[in-house]
Amino acid sequence: MKLGLIIIGAIFVNNFVLSQFLGICPFLGVSKQLDTAIGMSVAVTFVMGLASVICWMIQYYILIPLGIGYMQTIAFILVIAGLVQFVEMVIKKTSPALYQALGIYLPLITTNCAVLGVAILNIDTNYNLIESLINGVGGGLGFALAIILFAGVRERLELAPTPKALDGFPIAMLAASLFSIAFLGFKGLFSGLL
Amino acid sequence: MNLWKDLENGLIKENPTFRLVLGTCPTLAVTTAVFNGIGMGIAAAAVLIGSNLIISLIKKIVPNEIRIPIYIVVIATFTTIVQMLIQAFSPALDKSLGIYIPLIVVNCIIIARAEAFAAKNPVINSVMDGVGMGIGFTVALTIISSVREILGSGTFFGMQLFGSGFEPALIMILPPGGFMVFGLSIAAFNKITSLRKNREGI
Repeated sequence: MKLGLIIIGAIFVNNFVLSQFLGICPFLGVSKQLDTAIGMSVAVTFVMGLASVICWMIQYYILIPLGIGYMQTIAFILVIAGLVQFVEMVIKKTSPALYQALGIYLPLITTNCAVLGVAILNIDTNYNLIESLINGVGGGLGFALAIILFAGVRERLELAPTPKALDGFPIAMLAASLFSIAFLGFKGLFSGLL
Repeated sequence: MNLWKDLENGLIKENPTFRLVLGTCPTLAVTTAVFNGIGMGIAAAAVLIGSNLIISLIKKIVPNEIRIPIYIVVIATFTTIVQMLIQAFSPALDKSLGIYIPLIVVNCIIIARAEAFAAKNPVINSVMDGVGMGIGFTVALTIISSVREILGSGTFFGMQLFGSGFEPALIMILPPGGFMVFGLSIAAFNKITSLRKNREGI
């Protein structure tokens, strides 16, 4: 039951992009086309799940026993950078087709704040290993939901006539604002449960 | 003269928030109150100046293939220092910025300036670039957070601005308001700079 609530919370109620503002750069950067958005969100979901587990282990098996909790930021970002590199190499070897599709997004994920964000949030909210994994994957799915829906809207926005000053980022922000209002609704919907 | 140009660059011509649209996550997340906005701006500026300084100093000995991980370690070190300073001197700010302080590491402004400027330019210029970009970022956060705080809670720096008849528009300090104010301020920035360019053209 608790795991179900964590995953619903991560996807809808505390959506990483639209209510916690994590991962906004790729959300705005690669949402211009639907297929690139799908590629990016698959890669992000995968890395977020993996990073949640590995960072949790680093925190509880290395940093805390050694009493060097203050190294958290440095350790986590190095692990994530290494992890992204590793995933890139594995995918390149095992599935060239997937690498073709995801290749260019993988390096970008290192600086996606949703990945580091979920790793730190798992520690801050005292999740155990399984809950961290679920929260990471759920966060990734939430990112996927937001960016894929948004890409559909942006493909239309490209064709719509907009005032010159609003062209590009500003109009996308206003669309994101409306999206975010819609996601606020989920808060009310699930507030009895959470 | 050249130094002044590097500093000025970050203020308007390449303003990190309104022009380059980098570092959007903290821009949206912490601008619910002016105090938080300025605090985040100064913290990010401190990390930016420090990392620009060090990266510019070590640029000749860093192997090209692994430069990004090295930059990230330098930035993460400064972020940790800033995080500890904030925890020690302003626990209130630490509490309200929360997770967004360690996330300065992945603020794209910092890695972008390291890669695009500090890795190619002399030390003093890089520091000036850091100062300019830092001020540009802080000013942008201050503007956005002022609008959101005044409209969303009817206060400025926590001071009550209006009488009891004022009903604050709560939506402005909720996530949708962040996107809205940010989008409209980029639009306003674009409009003003294009008007200025037109006038200079005539």
